Amino acid sequence: MKIQGTVWKFGDDIDTDVIIPARYLNTSDPQELAKHCMEDADPDFASKVRIGDIIVGGKNFGCGSSREHAPISIKSAGVSCVIAGSFARIFFRNAFNTGLPIFESKEASEKIANGDKVSVDLETGVITNITKDETYTAQPIPPFMQKLLSSGGLMNYVKAKL
Amino acid sequence: MGMTITEKILAAHAGKDTVCAGEIIAAKVDIALGNDITAPIAIREFEQLGVDKVFDPTRIALVPDHFCPNKDIKSAQQAKILRDFSAKYGITHYYDVGEMGVEHALLPEQGVVTSGDLVIGADSHTCTYGALGAFSTGVGSTDLAAAIATGEVWLRVPEAIKFVYKGTLQKYVTAKDLILYTIGDIGVDGALYKTMELTGPVIDRLPMSGRLTMANMAIEAGGKNGIIVPDSVTKEFVEPRSERSPRYFTSDPSASYCMVKEYDVTDMELQVAFPHLPENTRPVSQAGDVRIDQVIIGSCTNGLLDDLRLAASVLKGRRVAKGVRLIVIPATQTIYRQAMHEGLFDIFLDAGAAISTPTCGPCLGGHMGILAEGERAVATTNRNFVGRMGHPKSEVYLSGVPVAAASAVTGKISSPAEL
Repeated sequence: MKIQGTVWKFGDDIDTDVIIPARYLNTSDPQELAKHCMEDADPDFASKVRIGDIIVGGKNFGCGSSREHAPISIKSAGVSCVIAGSFARIFFRNAFNTGLPIFESKEASEKIANGDKVSVDLETGVITNITKDETYTAQPIPPFMQKLLSSGGLMNYVKAKL
Repeated sequence: MGMTITEKILAAHAGKDTVCAGEIIAAKVDIALGNDITAPIAIREFEQLGVDKVFDPTRIALVPDHFCPNKDIKSAQQAKILRDFSAKYGITHYYDVGEMGVEHALLPEQGVVTSGDLVIGADSHTCTYGALGAFSTGVGSTDLAAAIATGEVWLRVPEAIKFVYKGTLQKYVTAKDLILYTIGDIGVDGALYKTMELTGPVIDRLPMSGRLTMANMAIEAGGKNGIIVPDSVTKEFVEPRSERSPRYFTSDPSASYCMVKEYDVTDMELQVAFPHLPENTRPVSQAGDVRIDQVIIGSCTNGLLDDLRLAASVLKGRRVAKGVRLIVIPATQTIYRQAMHEGLFDIFLDAGAAISTPTCGPCLGGHMGILAEGERAVATTNRNFVGRMGHPKSEVYLSGVPVAAASAVTGKISSPAEL
């Protein structure tokens, strides 16, 4: 399956407080969280982002707190996937567990610019920059994570084992 | 080849003789933790599984500490989800207001977590318990839900970095300065996915409070866990209080490390992390003239009794500068009572400080000390991200207790030596 969208580019070390500020964590309602997605990096992000758009970050995307509200707010805001140079480990787990596709590629993270049109093959991790006519390959998804994804997320995986 | 303490604990909980870095294991969990922000999502996920019991009601800890005592109606609704769930499933380690403390101070103090444990918590600072010689790491709410149901978690065995601290700490230089200095050196992703094993004669001499401070901030370098091999200090701490028998693991001399970092701390100055990342550290002598509006002394990083004693030693006979709000937050009820008995509250009150009931509160910009636009705080907390303590255009400077207390007195970032 391929997804295609317009890129919103952010820098290094985008932390979970920037993705969803703690002042909004008195709810876990995905639609409420979506309204404040990326608010402290770009106050208008939630109103400007379109369904299917893609976030591209630098290194250590999602560092900081363990709040699952971060991938939930990104997904609920309509973002189809996140590409970054690297991901903080709890965010990495949470993204898989909540079904937000993420791809690690230093090259893509460096070469993709804000506003580029990009498509991503979810199976192969091949990222095509339509604007620049370039392709990049993301790190393969580890086999165990693939198993989680094919089960439909951690809770379905657990349910099948119970 | 030998194993690190982390590998041994993971192997023991996965029912294996050995594990190696990079391997994915399913491990038994000794304690699974959640708070009023993360547990509501975990409970929702758990209830969708359709099972009628948790894996073990004595091995789940629920601590409503972030927005509690409830700061607004929505927070009250979230805290109620924990209360109702705990009643329904007979969760023994549920701590409501009056018993509640900042989770990572409370669980070691109450003996809920102990040496050799495997602990997961839906809170990134769960790495704190590595100070006891446990494997302890932060996860998200869905991982917590799975652990509540099954008592297991999947983990990738991390590579380990060994940190060796040598030399002698100068007066007022604390464990917080050591860990801030380390994060400043390796960066906020310097230990990404990895174990930070903290060793050396300086660590050997640290009291448990300082060890907890250091392990607490492993996540601020991207670490999966921070860990200190148990010794006599550990045993004196855990043995009188552990609910379960501690198990003491060590690292083999032939264990494999992907990197070894050595620091001589003798010339190390007091450290301050400037906005907006914990890696932006500077010695306090190079802080310049930074005027401040608020000081927070507390949190899971520096809200223990030793921290309050140190704060009192700096504040005794002094007054907070005009225009500065000093808020002191003992991390647990036990610490609160002991600080009161020791007369520390009189020192704080005479200095013009406000003393709060235990809560995470201002550390994450929840309540009890939110910053306005353009305001600056010195805080003994662990993160100084954009908007962390309030307005997106406010600033947080991270420090140890002596700098925080001295800065409250002078109204600008200061060392106690300047008083």
